[in-house]
Amino acid sequence: MLEIQKISVSYGDLQILWNISLNVEEKEIVGLIGPNGAGKTTTLRTITGLLRPSAGRIQFEGVPMENVPIHKRVELGISLIPEGRGLFPEMSTLENLELGAFTAKGRTCKDKTLEQVYELFPILKNRKKQSAGTMSGGEQQMLAIGRGLMSKPKLLLVDEPSWGLSPLLSKLIYEVIGQINHSGVTILLIEQNVRIALELANRAYVIENGRIVKQGDCRNMFDDQHIREAYLGTESA
Amino acid sequence: MNLQVWAQSLIFGIFVGGLYGLAAVGLSLVFGVMKMLNVAHGELLMLGGYATFCFFSFYHIDPFLSLLPSAFILFLIGMGLYKGLFSPLAKLHEEVKIKNSLLIGFGLSLIFHNLAIRIWTADEKSVSVLYSGWGFSLFGLRFPFIRFAGLLLAMIVIFALHQFLTKTYFGKAIRATTENWESAALMGINIEKTSMVSFGLGAALAAMAGTIVSVGYAIYPAMGLGWTLKALIVVVLAGLGNIGGAFVAGVLLGAVESVSTLFVGPYMEVVGLVIFLLVLELRPQGLFGKIGE
Repeated sequence: MLEIQKISVSYGDLQILWNISLNVEEKEIVGLIGPNGAGKTTTLRTITGLLRPSAGRIQFEGVPMENVPIHKRVELGISLIPEGRGLFPEMSTLENLELGAFTAKGRTCKDKTLEQVYELFPILKNRKKQSAGTMSGGEQQMLAIGRGLMSKPKLLLVDEPSWGLSPLLSKLIYEVIGQINHSGVTILLIEQNVRIALELANRAYVIENGRIVKQGDCRNMFDDQHIREAYLGTESA
Repeated sequence: MNLQVWAQSLIFGIFVGGLYGLAAVGLSLVFGVMKMLNVAHGELLMLGGYATFCFFSFYHIDPFLSLLPSAFILFLIGMGLYKGLFSPLAKLHEEVKIKNSLLIGFGLSLIFHNLAIRIWTADEKSVSVLYSGWGFSLFGLRFPFIRFAGLLLAMIVIFALHQFLTKTYFGKAIRATTENWESAALMGINIEKTSMVSFGLGAALAAMAGTIVSVGYAIYPAMGLGWTLKALIVVVLAGLGNIGGAFVAGVLLGAVESVSTLFVGPYMEVVGLVIFLLVLELRPQGLFGKIGE
C-alpha cells in the first residue's frame, strides 16, 4: 500500500533521514520505534508531504507522490494525527471534526463518519460546542484521532498518541486504534512506549540516527537482544 | 466647553471609527492567514474609493450601489497581487516572510500612490450625491445621513464577514489556516488557494471602506499610509485576528481621536499612536486578545 524507497530528508543543512526504506501492507499495523530525535516524526511528515525528500521515492497505492501536494494526499487517503495533536484550539470540537472532513470524499459521508467517531469517543459528543484548547489532554487526543478519521483515510499515520496521557487513558486510546484497524484502516504508528507498540503492531521498524537498523515481526522483536536492552529495559532472556 | 460639543465630537468619532474597524479587519484577515503584513492596505482602500468615484462620475451609479462592484474589482486585484508578488514568500520562514512582505508592501504603496496621481491628479476628490446634505437632529445633535449609513454599512459588512468565517466551510478553512496552517493542510485544505482568496477578501474589505470614505469624506492619492496606520493601530488594539474586536477597537480609536481634538487640536493623531504604544507595552495581546496567541 505504502512503499518508501531510500528516502533522504534534510532540514536546511542538517540531514535527518538517510536512505530510509519501509513498506506498509493493507490492513497492517506497523510500528515505528526508536529514541527521541531519531527521525520518526520526520518520516511521517515526509509521507504527508509537509517535508520533501531530497532523494528517494514514495508510492501510495502504486501512485508516485513526488508531485502530489499535501492536500491532494489527504484526498487519496493518507491522514496524519500529528505529534502534539495539532488541533485548532480556538475552534469548537465540532468545527475541528468538520474540518477533518474537508475533502470531497470526507464531506459526502460527513454525518455518518461523525456518528462513528462519537461511537468511538462518546465524550466528544458532550463537548461538541467547547473550544478544543480548553479540553483535557485525553479529550484533545480523542478529538485529534476523531478528526483524523473524518477524511475516511485508508492509511492512518499516528504520531505518539499516548503522549502526556495517563496509563489508563493510553490503554483506551490503544484499544480504539485496534478497533480502527479492525474496521479496515491501515496504520503506521510511532510510539515511545515500545512494549505497547510491539504488542499492538504486526511488524515494526527501528530507527536510530536517521537510519533503519532493524525490522521484522513484532513477536521476534521481543526476543531481540538489542531491543530488550535498549528499549524494554530487560536483560536477555 | 459644553456637553453638546463633546457629544457631537463623540458621535463623529464613532462614525469614522466604524471605518477604521472596517479597514482593520481586512488587514487582520490577511495577517492571520498568511502571517504577512500588507502595508499597501491603505492604498487598496484608496483604489476602492477611486473605483467608486469612477463608477459615479462616468456612469452615475450611486456609491452605495457600486460598493459591491468596487469590492469585486479590488478582490480580483488582490488575488492577482497575491499570486504575482506575495505567494513566492509563503514558503519562507516566518520572520523572513514578514520582512519581505513589508518590502513588497512599501513598493506597492509607492507605485499605487504615484499611479493615482498620474490618473486622477493629486487633488482631493469626493462623491457628492444628491442626499449629501441630508441628516437628522436628535437632542440638538447632528447625525449626517451619509456618515450614519456608512457606519451601518461597516457594521453589516463586518457581521457578514463574521457569518462567512463561522458558518461556511471555506470560512472555517480560513480560520483553521490562521490557527495552524500545517494542520489545515493535513485536513486537505489547499493553503495556496485559501491564501489567495483571503488576500482578495482583504482587498475587497479595504475597497468597501474606501467607498464609504469617498462619499462621507474625501479621497486623494496620498491617503493610503494614514489608513494603513489606523488599521494597524486598530489591529494591535483588538488583538490579531479578532474580527468583532477590530470593529469595537476602531470605534474606540475614532471616538478617542475625535474627542481629543477638542484638547490638542491637529495633534489628535498622536493620541492614537500613544495609545498604540501603551497597549503594546502593557497588553501586547491586545485589548480583546487572549494571552499566548
